[in-house]
Amino acid sequence: MEYNGIIGSDGIVIGKAYIYKKEMMIINHNTIDESDLNEELNKVETALLLSKSQINEIIKQATKEFGQEEASIFDAHMMMLEDPELITRIKEMIIKEKIHSSNAANKIIENYIGMFSNIEDEYLKERTADIRDVGNRLIRNLLGITDQDIGKLDSDVIIVAHDLTPSDTALMDKKHVKGFVTNIGGRTSHTAIMARSLEIPAILGLCNITKKVQNGDVLVLDGNTGSLSVNPNERTLLEYQDKIVRYNNFKNKLKDIVKLPSVTLDGRHIEIAANIGGPSEVDSALKYGGDGVGLYRTEFLYMDRDHFPSEEEQFEAYKVVAEKMEGKPVIVRTLDIGGDKKLTYLPLPEELNPFLGFRAIRLCFEMRDMFKTQLKAILRASIYNNILIMYPMISSVDEVIQANKVLEEVKSELRAKDIAFDEKIKCGVMIEIPSAAMTADLIIKEVDFFSIGTNDLCQYTLAVDRMNEKISNLYQPFHPGVLRLIKNVIDESHKVGKFTGMCGEMAGDPVATLLLLGLGLDEFSMSASSLLMIRKIIRNVTLPEAKKIAEHALTLSTSAQIQAYCEKALKELNLMNQEE
Amino acid sequence: MYSESIEIQNKTGLHSRPAAIFVQTATKFKSDITIEKDSKQANAKSILSLLSMGVSMGNTVKITAVGEDENQAVATLIELIQSKFKEE
Repeated sequence: MEYNGIIGSDGIVIGKAYIYKKEMMIINHNTIDESDLNEELNKVETALLLSKSQINEIIKQATKEFGQEEASIFDAHMMMLEDPELITRIKEMIIKEKIHSSNAANKIIENYIGMFSNIEDEYLKERTADIRDVGNRLIRNLLGITDQDIGKLDSDVIIVAHDLTPSDTALMDKKHVKGFVTNIGGRTSHTAIMARSLEIPAILGLCNITKKVQNGDVLVLDGNTGSLSVNPNERTLLEYQDKIVRYNNFKNKLKDIVKLPSVTLDGRHIEIAANIGGPSEVDSALKYGGDGVGLYRTEFLYMDRDHFPSEEEQFEAYKVVAEKMEGKPVIVRTLDIGGDKKLTYLPLPEELNPFLGFRAIRLCFEMRDMFKTQLKAILRASIYNNILIMYPMISSVDEVIQANKVLEEVKSELRAKDIAFDEKIKCGVMIEIPSAAMTADLIIKEVDFFSIGTNDLCQYTLAVDRMNEKISNLYQPFHPGVLRLIKNVIDESHKVGKFTGMCGEMAGDPVATLLLLGLGLDEFSMSASSLLMIRKIIRNVTLPEAKKIAEHALTLSTSAQIQAYCEKALKELNLMNQEE
Repeated sequence: MYSESIEIQNKTGLHSRPAAIFVQTATKFKSDITIEKDSKQANAKSILSLLSMGVSMGNTVKITAVGEDENQAVATLIELIQSKFKEE
């Protein structure tokens, strides 16, 4: 049987299924006798101790394997378990209502969740998930339910589960777990992120795969296509074994080009850069040989905290990134929040159309001080490296002029205080709104470069909400309308001797590489793990060849035709068998 | 028994990090400590009860301690709130 799900993490693996099932919690609703009272109260103490030691173990494992930051969510769990009121209230309820400990614990936890969800606060809403997690742990321990121990496995397995929680992945035996498949979850779920950081393949959203697979079934997990074969026949198995060997060889060979330059066969240098969210991601950008940072998303500095980052804090973060990149360019995008990206400490009114609303540069203009603080920090860090500034969500040239005015203001303030910065710092615009793409000729006069954000450009050009699964088939980066806009942006920048990069998903899609190269794109910026593949493609084609591909693609009428043509062109490069 | 009132001045109020720091600080003292807002009362050593009370910027709270180190306890917690939890 074959099932198709959502790709969580790429790679192919064959292995035995290991069903990870959590036993149901059945709360005992009977009343208890006076004589059993002490036993129930003791149970609470024991369960509490056990829960604390379990969380301690998780904190230890998580710190070791994922680092302090990932482990810190479990510190909050510990603090709740250590809350003196929680334990007192549970005990009081047992005594007063003569009920089982599991029942009392459940009622008290639900009561807290109820109180929390009544308060209008994003942070507290997130905490309800933590209370539920802690509460479930306590109740399971009260009921004497022991979870399957996946901390020590005897042989290699593929974990099949409904879903995996942070505690599950932290405690898992990483030596023997070779892949994940789950019923629920998407590309950005915890399970997917973990699988990618562990570099093991994963397929998610397989509906009720836990019911269809049995322990010990042979699974072929193809994380490149999202297909899972259960107990395949001899022939399929052999085919996949061959595929695995070829894929792994290819991956290993890709590593050989980490240190090789990103040049086409005819010697044209193309910048292959990484998108990062903060200093912690610089190492992987360098590990995969990034030529620079094409998009530094500064909003992560503002999220996961409870107040605005100070100029010093920001300066430190930008400086670390700049220094680590050792002279390679770093494009810092100014704050892009609002819409779906909210800050707990900045209350914004609910909007009917957040993607068309008060966000990014629009918000920065309203909150000038915040914007100036960020620009100051970026400018100060610019003495450490080649930093470039990029404004997001620009819809017309007057916004660029206005942003530049603020930038000039900040520059004069720094000069007045004798604070050094790169006087020649370059400034650019992220092209993600169709009107900006159409008026690229006007905008380029005010800036030094463009970077195309294809995710939003697609969604705005095609009027397709990219989160809406019902219309996901209409989300087409290869749509001729999108391609014409991209071409216009690149052409207008080249006319005046300036450059255009791309920092959306499309830049890291191998199928699009030849086409974009042919359109004249100067820089491709993507998640670090895609860098080598894109560089490999660029190293195996000449610019005139790519131009021919792009020219032909632009004569085709539909997205499907263009995509199929690009896939064919990529296949003809025969990369799997190309030696470096 | 010793108590003092104060207005919360930091942006986040007693949520997330400030709440955790507040509870950790209160736990260091032997006295029983309560925090009161609009006639609602919470145990200052309980993160769950403090969070569910929902204290925001601008709220006035009354901190009361009963025990051998009551003066010291209230003074320390007031100072912590005045420092705005080292937020900006």
